[in-house]
Amino acid sequence: MTPVIDLRGITKTYGGGDTEVQALRGIDLTIERGDYVAIMGASGSGKSTLMNIIGALDVATSGHYSLDGIGIDDLDESALSIVRNRKIGFIFQSFNLIPRTTALSNVELPLVYRGVRRRERRARAVEALTAVGLADRMHHMPNELSGGQQQRVAVARALVAEPSLLLADEPTGNLDSRSTRDVLDLMGALHAQGRTIVMITHEDDVAAASGRIVTLIDGQVSDDRRTHA
Amino acid sequence: MNILETIRIGLQGIAANKLRSGLTMLGILIGVAAVIVLMAIGNGASVAVTSSIEALGTNTLTIRPGSLSSSDDAARTQFKDLTVDDAVALVDPVLAANVVSATPVVSAAVTCTYEGSSYATSLTGTWPSYFSASNSQVDAGTPLTSDDVVNSRRSIVLGQTVISALFGDTDPLGRTVTCAGVPFAVVGTIEEKGSSGFLDADDVAVAPLSTVQSSITGYGSLDSILVQASSSETSSAAESEVTAILDQRHGTISEDTRDFQVLNQAALISTIQDTIGIFTVLLGAVAAISLLVGGIGITNIMLVTVTERTREIGIRKAIGARKSAILTQFLIEAMVLSVIGGGIGVLLALLVTRISVAGVTPVVVPASVVGAFVVSVSIGLFFGSYPANRAASLRPIEALRHE
Repeated sequence: MTPVIDLRGITKTYGGGDTEVQALRGIDLTIERGDYVAIMGASGSGKSTLMNIIGALDVATSGHYSLDGIGIDDLDESALSIVRNRKIGFIFQSFNLIPRTTALSNVELPLVYRGVRRRERRARAVEALTAVGLADRMHHMPNELSGGQQQRVAVARALVAEPSLLLADEPTGNLDSRSTRDVLDLMGALHAQGRTIVMITHEDDVAAASGRIVTLIDGQVSDDRRTHA
Repeated sequence: MNILETIRIGLQGIAANKLRSGLTMLGILIGVAAVIVLMAIGNGASVAVTSSIEALGTNTLTIRPGSLSSSDDAARTQFKDLTVDDAVALVDPVLAANVVSATPVVSAAVTCTYEGSSYATSLTGTWPSYFSASNSQVDAGTPLTSDDVVNSRRSIVLGQTVISALFGDTDPLGRTVTCAGVPFAVVGTIEEKGSSGFLDADDVAVAPLSTVQSSITGYGSLDSILVQASSSETSSAAESEVTAILDQRHGTISEDTRDFQVLNQAALISTIQDTIGIFTVLLGAVAAISLLVGGIGITNIMLVTVTERTREIGIRKAIGARKSAILTQFLIEAMVLSVIGGGIGVLLALLVTRISVAGVTPVVVPASVVGAFVVSVSIGLFFGSYPANRAASLRPIEALRHE
């Protein structure tokens, strides 16, 4: 079976000349369908750069990356936006819901950009919000929701387009311990349903919820181990 | 991603900050309304003046004695009077093919009385051809006849202003008015032409030339000769024919010593229209500047909006919005601002132009409504394109990092 993520010799260099910074120095990483992977690393280890490349928000300087069997090294911005829309569901540290827009409309948005018809879109958004336990908060604005609720809306938004990969960047970084538990439980449940999840974090106990922990040091994979799963 | 969805998202963006959107629209609104209103006022003034001159006939030339260079006293002593013979000479099928009639006119400031009411007006002594030359229709009774002139009858035809001043509601036909001590029988009335501010075309009293000359003015120079050209198009040709004939009769050596002036109504109208046209364009230009300022307001506010919503743009891009979707979203926001602003501006202008300003009834130029609206839409496109493009070109990682 094709792996969801296949990274080969990925490097990323910022700047040039004297100010050149090598953020990634040759990453090889394969993530299979249904994996729940935590990418860990200290600040400056390159984990955010890696997350941007995995999330098709940025392209690598060299190396090959295929996502769900699609090589995305040479795609232009327009093609990358299609990949992001169809293949990836993002969950951000700061939730990143669109302000002054109801939870339901936020969840519908990926489908809007995909061109799904209104009726179907609405039905799927309601379904996704119900799945994260927010059926009763659908018509609330983001500023009327708690942090944990906002993050669950974000999870619903990431799920609604049925992506191949859920990509979470410090999903619990802005949450209290109870909401952290909620969100991690939700991710665990999604994993149990067979979703592929990649989570960037620097917290050991959050990483412990995953089935595989990849540790980055100075732009290279220093450790890659399976935990309980 | 269809266009309706994009419009919906654009509208949400506008509704999110109503005060700011409203103020931005106000800029366009005022610009559009100003263009339409000022053009309408200019056009209204032009229409009013033109119609008041047209009431006097567009195919007529008025010849008056006197020189344009009036300071030349030496030449003045050699002035010849305008005479009835001059008028007769102007009707010449060979030398003046475009002249239909030439009517001698004398006028006298008189006070006319009827049963205790009196009214000061200008009494015109002339020939029957005066009525067609001056575009005066007789709506009751009869116009003057050649018979009246030949026999120096004391017949008079009155305009509506004189009639209402002297007779009120009484039927004036057959009554006798006394003007400058001379009794005249009212034989006809002239249809109302309407007055336009300074010029009251209905303030007239017309009597036979011979009668007025023998009993009031004496047999001096004519005050004018009214020449009727075959049409308003030929009035310029008629003007040169008339000038040539009179130059010959009066022995004009050069234009400086010419002892008469020819006033061409058609030329006068076009001169006045040109003048008013220039002012209308000037007014429109000033208004267009305010429209431009309104457009810059849109750019300004859209740039603020884009900066303020950088993060939102990043989020949208991260979840799969294409560059074109972001571009359209912000363009539509700019256009909705300008279209709503422009639309309300048009409505406001249509309301305001119902009010007369300083005696001028504004006449809306349809092209200015369409034009101002089209321009306001284009302003949205043009002034919105820079901010929209900036939004669309944001790199998602940077936009997402924006606080």
